[in-house]
Amino acid sequence: MTLRVPRRTIAAFIGPAVAALAIVGVAPLLYALWKSFHDFNLTQLARQRWVGLQNYQTVLTDSDFWDAIGRTALLFVSAVPVQIALGLAIALVLHRPGLTFWKTLTRLSLVLPMATTYAVVGLLAQVMLNQKYGVINQMLGWVGVDAINFIGDPTNAFIAVILWDVWQWTPFVALVLLAGLSTVPPEIEETARLETRSPWTVLRHVQLPFLIPSLVAVLILRTADTLKLFDMVFTMTRGGPGNATEFIAILIERVGNRQFDIGLAAAQSIIMLAITIVLARLYIRLFYREVS
Amino acid sequence: MAAPMQARSLWAEGIALALIGLFCVFPFYWMVTTSLKTQLVALADPPVWWFTPTLANYREVLFEDRVGVSLINSLIVATSTTALAVLLGCPAAYALARFEFRGKTDLWFWFITNRFVSPVVLVFPVFLISRELGLRDTHLALILMYLTFTLPIVIWICTDQFRSIPRELDEAAMLEGASQWRIFRSICLPLAMPGVAVSSILSFIFSWNELLFAYILAPNAAKTAPAMAISFMEGYDVPYGKIMATSTLIVVPVLIFALLASKHLVRGLTMGAVK
Repeated sequence: MTLRVPRRTIAAFIGPAVAALAIVGVAPLLYALWKSFHDFNLTQLARQRWVGLQNYQTVLTDSDFWDAIGRTALLFVSAVPVQIALGLAIALVLHRPGLTFWKTLTRLSLVLPMATTYAVVGLLAQVMLNQKYGVINQMLGWVGVDAINFIGDPTNAFIAVILWDVWQWTPFVALVLLAGLSTVPPEIEETARLETRSPWTVLRHVQLPFLIPSLVAVLILRTADTLKLFDMVFTMTRGGPGNATEFIAILIERVGNRQFDIGLAAAQSIIMLAITIVLARLYIRLFYREVS
Repeated sequence: MAAPMQARSLWAEGIALALIGLFCVFPFYWMVTTSLKTQLVALADPPVWWFTPTLANYREVLFEDRVGVSLINSLIVATSTTALAVLLGCPAAYALARFEFRGKTDLWFWFITNRFVSPVVLVFPVFLISRELGLRDTHLALILMYLTFTLPIVIWICTDQFRSIPRELDEAAMLEGASQWRIFRSICLPLAMPGVAVSSILSFIFSWNELLFAYILAPNAAKTAPAMAISFMEGYDVPYGKIMATSTLIVVPVLIFALLASKHLVRGLTMGAVK
């Protein structure tokens, strides 16, 4: 049964939140949309004028923009499979019965990386990956690998970002998949284990179907977060060396904040927003069916 | 035969758990120990694991480098935006959970979309607007902008929480003649306190961690701790000990909160899709 409530009451409950979010979340977007049709550079304010779709044309034919998109995609396809593989392994270990206390402790330690201030994660990379003073290179030395210049070399810097993204987000993936594993009805899992000794068969035929929603959630959220990725990379490499680690959010920041070309940055933002909305719609369609 | 097999697999499992734990915790260990090193020790090649710890870095960053002020700025901003989000978000969540109205699904969709919007999309227009309004470099600008992610978090988690409260309670109170507001205020809100607490912790964590808005909108007076930490990176001689001391000061409170809300952190990050 639904309570019958006058529309005024509903508005009183929900109006303030809607108004607040419209002011801080929508008004700036409209402003960005407006500015994206202008030639608007903070260093040449006098030159400000309407240019129509010219900024969009510049963005879509700009190799920097496509390179940044390509890099962002490359980061996604290199980091996320590793996160899923490692995360699944961790989730399967934690899902097994026994050693309850130690598993609780491990699960708590998994919470730490994803809560850590992203900027600090980048700073940690600077300290731990330093060619001379970094502990990672010391450890590589123990197993006979020569010190690697992680931050200063374009390819290595990209690999370092992947490694660090894997460190921060594998635990998240593990916990999401663990939640997925716990949705398998225990009696089904037990029956399967009696019938086969191979954990692989159980995973493939019994657990995997229940893991699909978690995997989809991981894929969509990691896509969104990779598109948003800024803090960690900015503190670690500022998009460099050169523009080896200039992902899409870093590129927009550079154009807007270091080249002062707000019009162009706005056009890039609007394109990025369009991608975002498509993603969000997909996510909602898959996960929030019960609401409508 | 079964017993030794089982013992061995238990050992293997124990080692796997230890490795997972080490993987997660080691960077924090390195952060804290580096913060206790003098610059000379921090720049030892190869890095040293045993040394005489010193608190000099903490003394310097807190009392000479304005990190103390930036931590207070962070605290002001994160607490205020969380309080504001709870104040605005709880009634909205209650309405979404209890009332039927046109456009509810669209509203819901819009709230959720905010989880996906990158701050970099908003930050430049907001920079220009805040300059016009004289809000640049104020706490208020950050508090308002952080609502873009704190408000949705509160609304999502609390809507779930309100849904779990039996409607019969509302209906009984209604028959007694209680107003809608009173039902919300005196019956449902107290019962929804766990959800309010969790969403407050999560919005605090996310606001405390935020860098991009802080970096662009608050360069001096209202500078928050993460923005302060990265300002040490400028210059040639990078003070590793000081950077790690600042990082430790930033991270310790969020980690405590994260452990407190550990069961709900994943739910918060997936916007409730994963329980």
